[in-house]
Amino acid sequence: MKLFSRLKEVKLYKKQNKELHCHSKGDKKRRLGLMLFLAPSLSGVSIFFILPFAVVFYYALVDNPISQQFAYLDNFVKVMGNGAFQLAALNTLKFSAVAVPLAVLLSLGLALLLEREIPYRSQFRTFFLTPMMVPVASIVLIFQVLFHYNGAMNDVLAFLGISKIDWFKSSYAQIVIVILFLWKNLGYNMILFMAAISSIPKDILEVAVLESASAWKIFIHIKIRYLSSTILFVTILSLISSFKVFREIYLLTGDYPYDTLYMLQHFMNNTFQSLDYQKLSAAAIIMSIVMIIIIGILFITENRFGKDMEE
Amino acid sequence: MRKKRIKIYIATLVAAVIAILFLMPIVLTITNSFMSSSEISSNYGTVFATNEKGGKVYISNKVNLKFIPDMVSFSQYVTVLLKSPEYLLKFWNSVILVVPILIFQLVVASLTSYAFTRLRGRLKEMIFFTYIILMLMPYQVTLVPNYLVSSWLHILNTRWAIWLPGVFSPFAVYLLTKFMRRIPKGVIEAAQIDGAGEWQIFRKICMPLCKGALCSVAILVFIDYWNMVEQPLILLSDTEMHPLSIFLSKINSGEIGLAFAVATIYMVPCLLVFLYGEDYLVEGITYQGGIKG
Repeated sequence: MKLFSRLKEVKLYKKQNKELHCHSKGDKKRRLGLMLFLAPSLSGVSIFFILPFAVVFYYALVDNPISQQFAYLDNFVKVMGNGAFQLAALNTLKFSAVAVPLAVLLSLGLALLLEREIPYRSQFRTFFLTPMMVPVASIVLIFQVLFHYNGAMNDVLAFLGISKIDWFKSSYAQIVIVILFLWKNLGYNMILFMAAISSIPKDILEVAVLESASAWKIFIHIKIRYLSSTILFVTILSLISSFKVFREIYLLTGDYPYDTLYMLQHFMNNTFQSLDYQKLSAAAIIMSIVMIIIIGILFITENRFGKDMEE
Repeated sequence: MRKKRIKIYIATLVAAVIAILFLMPIVLTITNSFMSSSEISSNYGTVFATNEKGGKVYISNKVNLKFIPDMVSFSQYVTVLLKSPEYLLKFWNSVILVVPILIFQLVVASLTSYAFTRLRGRLKEMIFFTYIILMLMPYQVTLVPNYLVSSWLHILNTRWAIWLPGVFSPFAVYLLTKFMRRIPKGVIEAAQIDGAGEWQIFRKICMPLCKGALCSVAILVFIDYWNMVEQPLILLSDTEMHPLSIFLSKINSGEIGLAFAVATIYMVPCLLVFLYGEDYLVEGITYQGGIKG
């Protein structure tokens, strides 16, 4: 039955397309009209993003903006060799390596938790999503109080018999930021997982239950299989948002954070202050190449995922 | 059966604990904003001071976290709202930075997404792909080109430097296009056969069908820019124009009570938006994740 209606649809679609092709003159006019719809955005994006990007690329390749001598890859080598850049890149990498897997696993956990038949499900969803809506600037204050040297967090540790930690002035600082990152991002990922879980065909789950498969087996053999592409997708989205964690760090610790919290955006901000265009451009190009690689992986995943869903 | 019930109890308990942890920072901020200055200083002393380098130094040696104020006091709010105009000014800065971006980004994006949904062909695919790449770039990358253009156009250190890149930000385009693709082709083709022009189809058919989608996108754009930190830091060197988000992190010791009140005022618009638009938000995220796209 389904197949039949589908066939009918396709036939109809082909017929319509034929009709449209007959009026190719009108079609051309339509295309022109649609280009007008596109014009404001396209010109804006060209002026504010694409054109300056080309200039950034050019600046990254010349030795200075005045003489404009071609400098091959000198600027890139210089940036890569820069101690501050290396520290920032390493810190960003370290942070992502810890925060991203946690963000994926915990949000999957939350989604599975809300999938159960517990009371007040929709309220819980609301509660888990609230942090996403609250501006970071509003809650940094309470985080500063909680993680103060003489604050509540250290009181809890003292109760457990652990000595006090100077949260913002030691290598533990990254932990605070990871907590803040998770607090802010788990709800978002959870929604993505919830949508994916709800699209798992019910009959497969029902058959599994009828055949008395254990919950664990259902999870491993059915759910994970269906969720695998979402897991990858959420991982990459979290990776991208982990690069944006500067905001939280800046609001919590100001311009000069503890060494382990010195991120790429700090590096950029400092370079902006000296307005070294070559350094800025080369750094921006390096980061955009890394991003393009990550986005490329994202795209391949999404394509495969899209096909999975249609089958 | 009984085992199942116990399991549900445990799951509920876990969910409740997590919910408390998630809500705690928000609730604490709000309750603390209703404490009088004397109560705040007796609880926290001077929590931190800003040193000359801009870093933060901790001073106080006792920090008592309190959930419920001894006496509900509106004194902080009175100070913020009536006595010290600088806070309201910063709040106004945030509003004035966000609202034009919100409105015009939606207008531009609706037009663009309509064109993207209707056009076919390689060129369109390439443009759309470029938009997505731009959307996913972090500020570390996009701020450099933004800074360059702003200096060419001599709009550095004016609000235009934030507004213009914001208006043309590809984010809303991406999301709305995903929504619009869901409009059944038949609806549009029927209008086309009836002789409707593109503008008419856009205004009379596409926009009314996208009302919900516009709400979702508006919410996501709003939180994004209300939270803005990186752009003003680089593009507005005049701190007078900085939004409340940056100003809040710079509030000095001794004013921590006020800071709680300001922080609460700052999150109120977001919480209101959330209260009215949670479903739209959820829908927006789902589309953004490409799961329904």
